[in-house]
Amino acid sequence: MIIPKLAIRNMLGAGAKTWLNAAVLSMAYVTIIWAQGLYNGFDAEVSRTMIDAEYGGGQYWVEGYDPYDPFTLQDAHAVPAAPLQIRIDAGKATPILIVQGTIYPGGRILPILLKGIEPGQSLLSIPTGALGTSGADIPALVGSRMAKTGGLAARDTVTVRWRDARGAFDARDLQIVEVMKTIAQSIDEGQVWLPIATLREMAAMPGQATIVVTAKDSAPTAAVPGWSFQSLGVLLKDIMDIVKGKTVGASVLYAILLFLAALAILNTQLLSIWRRRKEIGTMMALGVTRGRVIGLFTFEGALNGVFAAIVGALWGIPLLAYFAVHGLSFGANQGDSFGIAMSDKMYPAYSAALVLGTTVLVFLITTIISYLPARKIGKLNPTDALQGRMT
Amino acid sequence: MENGTIIRTTDLVKIYPMGEQSITALQDVNLTFGRGEFAGLVGPSGSGKTTLLNILGSLDAPTRGSAEVLGLRVEALPHKKAAELRNRHIGFIFQTFNLLPVYTVFENVEFPLLLLGMATAARRKAVMDALEWVHLADRAKSRPNQLSGGQSQRVAIARAVVKKPELVLADEPTANLDAENSHHILHTMENINRELRTTFLFSTHDDKVIGHLRRKITLVDGRVAKDEPGAGR
Ligand SMILES: Nc1ncnc2c1ncn2[C@@H]1O[C@H](COP(=O)(O)OP(=O)(O)O)[C@@H](O)[C@H]1O
Ligand SMILES: [Mg+2]
Repeated sequence: MIIPKLAIRNMLGAGAKTWLNAAVLSMAYVTIIWAQGLYNGFDAEVSRTMIDAEYGGGQYWVEGYDPYDPFTLQDAHAVPAAPLQIRIDAGKATPILIVQGTIYPGGRILPILLKGIEPGQSLLSIPTGALGTSGADIPALVGSRMAKTGGLAARDTVTVRWRDARGAFDARDLQIVEVMKTIAQSIDEGQVWLPIATLREMAAMPGQATIVVTAKDSAPTAAVPGWSFQSLGVLLKDIMDIVKGKTVGASVLYAILLFLAALAILNTQLLSIWRRRKEIGTMMALGVTRGRVIGLFTFEGALNGVFAAIVGALWGIPLLAYFAVHGLSFGANQGDSFGIAMSDKMYPAYSAALVLGTTVLVFLITTIISYLPARKIGKLNPTDALQGRMT
Repeated sequence: MENGTIIRTTDLVKIYPMGEQSITALQDVNLTFGRGEFAGLVGPSGSGKTTLLNILGSLDAPTRGSAEVLGLRVEALPHKKAAELRNRHIGFIFQTFNLLPVYTVFENVEFPLLLLGMATAARRKAVMDALEWVHLADRAKSRPNQLSGGQSQRVAIARAVVKKPELVLADEPTANLDAENSHHILHTMENINRELRTTFLFSTHDDKVIGHLRRKITLVDGRVAKDEPGAGR
């Protein structure tokens, strides 16, 4: 245990230089945790929003349904299988029927999806209640983005054309009962919500649905024939990939920070080996093997990581705690990002794994960065080192 | 090696390659030293004194010939064994003191014992004893940059002898010291030599040191020119 002891002695003995390096490195260290925390915060908000508005505890899709291929919709409808119906009746799931259609607002042609949903459902955060209380023939609910695209407002009437289960086209007028402000773009853009009973009748699909959304935190039942379960992991994957993609910028920033900090350590280490070559020679004369001298210098360098964690904790914990409590403002109304309208304050979320992972990362980098230049001590001749020569 | 002999060199040659040419630092050196000697290599600068001490201290390898130190042939010693030999049995004293700058006086003297893995209590006692020998017990907590040259060299002596080595190699130990300090450290080394029977081998061209030597070996251009008894007692 002599090498760690000597290394700590040397580092503390070096005084200000040690703490300066630790301060530089701690900046990279805290920034990584902060940026990652922010990313986790985004991640959590996006997941929460999507779960509330669309995914619930996961969805059952009728066989053949593919949200990326509208042509599959023609055949993607069926009466929910018995286990699903039991859940629906228990209020633990809600069916949604999806039918392709076209609306003609102000003479324009807009292909849309007609989505039928129970007006009385409370599983999703869609204000479907308005669909139940209006006296309209075909009451419809649209999101603010859809309203903007179609030039629609509450109480507007617009013609809709669709194809029913038998392949026959039909057209009728629907009335917008409410324009809802949604945060998730995926329940808004290009779609019109109707009471499911109305849509079933329009499309001649009695009792049928395309997807069945389960309640949050409900365990999936065993396989349901004719329906495939889409877990939250699967459903959230695409949007999480988008979030990841957009946070690459942040990753680049902290890669640069880490690189600069690593460079500072590398520089200190090279300088230190050069400046202390006589010391190295003396240690060898006193009987320290080359391997142990390399170990000593590597350990000293690695201690940079430890000191950075200490210094980082001193100023980083209060700072990160402040943001976690008070949030970080991005300025109002920045529109949709990551497919949802972000609230203008973000709350970073730090996890133990994040802090631990970053600590290990910083420690590994400092160790490697310290070891590389220290290796050349292995080729050093003690007599040369003693006389201040270095080859 | 017969009883009492701790160093024997046989036809020792050291050549430094210097590009096209080469420098012969040592040429056919044959010397024997017995336990408890207080001997010195004298001669002008560049005569090979440091080179010889370095080889005997297993810090450098000869080009040809053999150097046997404490029963080990240093030219054939692997790196780790050489480090162990230096750590256990050889003390070094340098012209420039070579104290480890960030350590206190105590920690500098303690260093070789830490390497030996000596227990804490025994280590403390040995360090304080060594500092007593050099009259610096009261400076245990000082840092090297707070010491005079004479004090620094006394710390270096304490560091060299704290582990009670068989052999101390001192390369121009007084070259950076004034007359008073030179005599002081020579007396210290003489006392240690008498009390512990530690063998001292100096390199020097300082008359003050030469006056204390009991054996004087003169090197000229890497050859042993003279090997005679000295004035020391
Ligand atoms: N590392 C080295 N490379 C080349 N020549 C050296 C080296 N070390 C010593 N020499 C040469 O070897 C000779 C003996 O040097 P040295 O042993 O230092 O003499 P001294 O200690 O008696 O002054 C000198 O000519 C010196 O220049
Ligand atoms: Mg010399």
